[in-house]
Amino acid sequence: MNGNIIAINFPFIVVALLLALGFYTIGFKRNLIKVVIGVEILESAVNLFLIALGYVKGGYAPIYTLAPKKAVGNMVLPTPQALTLTSIVIGVAVSALMLAFAVNIYRHYGTLDVTRIRRLRG
Amino acid sequence: MMEHLPALMIAIPLFGAFTTPLLKKRQNIAAIWALIITVITFGLSLLLLQEVLSKGIIVYVFGANKPTLVLPSGYRVPVRIIFEIDAMGAFMALSATLMSFIGALYSYSHVEMETGLEKYYALLLLLEVGIIGMVLTGDLFNLFVFLEVAGIAGSALVGFRNYRGEASEAGIKYLMVSSVASLMVLFSIGLLYGQYGNLNMAYLSRQIHLDTVDMIALGLLFVSFAMKCGAVPMHYWVPDAYTEVPAGINPTLLVATYASLYALFRVSFSLFGAITWNMARVGWIMSILGVLTMFIGVTMALVQKDVKRLMSYHAISQTGYMLLGVGVGLTVLNDPAKLSAFGRAAMAGGIFHIINHIIYKSLLLMTAGALFYVTGTRNLNEMGGLARKMPYTTIAFIVGAAAISGLPPFNGFASKFLIYETSYQLNPLLAVFAMVTSVLTLASFVKVFASAFLGPPLEKYEEVREVPKPMVTAMIILAILCILFGLFPNVVLNKLIYPAVDALIKLAQYQSWGGLV
Repeated sequence: MNGNIIAINFPFIVVALLLALGFYTIGFKRNLIKVVIGVEILESAVNLFLIALGYVKGGYAPIYTLAPKKAVGNMVLPTPQALTLTSIVIGVAVSALMLAFAVNIYRHYGTLDVTRIRRLRG
Repeated sequence: MMEHLPALMIAIPLFGAFTTPLLKKRQNIAAIWALIITVITFGLSLLLLQEVLSKGIIVYVFGANKPTLVLPSGYRVPVRIIFEIDAMGAFMALSATLMSFIGALYSYSHVEMETGLEKYYALLLLLEVGIIGMVLTGDLFNLFVFLEVAGIAGSALVGFRNYRGEASEAGIKYLMVSSVASLMVLFSIGLLYGQYGNLNMAYLSRQIHLDTVDMIALGLLFVSFAMKCGAVPMHYWVPDAYTEVPAGINPTLLVATYASLYALFRVSFSLFGAITWNMARVGWIMSILGVLTMFIGVTMALVQKDVKRLMSYHAISQTGYMLLGVGVGLTVLNDPAKLSAFGRAAMAGGIFHIINHIIYKSLLLMTAGALFYVTGTRNLNEMGGLARKMPYTTIAFIVGAAAISGLPPFNGFASKFLIYETSYQLNPLLAVFAMVTSVLTLASFVKVFASAFLGPPLEKYEEVREVPKPMVTAMIILAILCILFGLFPNVVLNKLIYPAVDALIKLAQYQSWGGLV
């Protein structure tokens, strides 16, 4: 029984670990590229969370064409999957823009160390 | 056409945003095209406001002709994207469209010399789309999508001057804050979806009963939106972003910040509004956060030498007033006697302060942009004696500075007075802090006025002339609005602000969009 609970909640444990890892990377890494990777880890944690929420054991994908008989009345609502797709697309845009900024910062400052990228202060 | 107004509010600026990059060869025409689109959107938002004020909440469903249409299997939850527009949303949409128009007008001359202008205007329109979507939607996930649209467009604009390293630094800071905040919003949306299985705010607000998971979701939403609106522990991105962004974008970026504030209010009043026992505590947190924000913001502003940075710290400090006003209202939300005695007026003060602050802070940041346009520096110590050379900018600055310091008869006085009066009745200390902040604000703007505009004329600015006409026009329009809102606050309050306040307070109205019970 105890093992079963862990097996059921396994995706959520991974989500918690990924969230912690993401926040750690954003907060404590000095290389800007690694900080960007931290945001990406956070994003995959949230995506995994949404997908794990949407999993229904024995459910069928909601495609009516050529659906088997037993799928009728047993289909899942595809909202979490749709949310995840949208979130992935947004995430690509965000990471592309962040990396573009990182490249531009490296050109002007000659470093990617976040403790030395501090011309704006006070 | 009238019934499709909510969709047009999104569709027209989005169409503009994707057609503007086609005008790469003729950047002047791109600017005029963007200006036309913003004018049309402004007209639509006026129509929308009129519709909402005369007919009540508008519910618009994408992909069906009525919101009550359910799935073929008979599963009765709202599955479609639903826009739900009440007076508060229409009010915010009006501010967003007005400020995008002003910003586009000002940009016409201000960024004339830069390259890549077609992208600049496309991003400006995209930012507008993001804000309008955030304030009109009735769907939690849709809120997240538009939050990200506004965040991406906004940070790309912050980094627009990519020949300056500082612009990229500010841009990545803003993007980092906004993407982490939006990811946490998405996480709490996931929590709420896992609990209740739908995403419509009005529908969710009937079911929420605040167990541990709901509390985590509320906390995450509160912190993320407070982070994105620049409340105090997370305010560090505001001065960088506002300083580095071209001055023509400042008005729209300000509204983007307050769209997050709107989301914060929407979450506290509508989504979690049905929980009676806890919101007083959230209201106190909001008020104290407001006081801290205003005080820390103004003390940081006092020591600045960079004129735009100084004004940006004042933007943080003014956000505190809005949090305080609405926080006082939230504290007494479930106490009808106190609510009618001062809670409603406090919220009116907070919400009135949103539009007042957007107007005068845009005006001030645009005068700072004008100073930068003619002198090429933002350092106050290097300026001086510009009043004779730039009379219109000087007048605009005086009006804006008087308004932000809360001097009558300008608009800042009207909303600040409401906030003093009402927060005093909750706790006198709150009002004391608010007044001290106002005095310090005045001191700091006297300093700017003396060092930039007064004093002997400097030799290196012999050749300086008044800024071009579009910039002057944009500043004069805002200055006139400052004076009009200050002279006739009752008209604005009755027509615009009190309907918005009532829309937030009356939860039952928001929940009852007819169907699916």
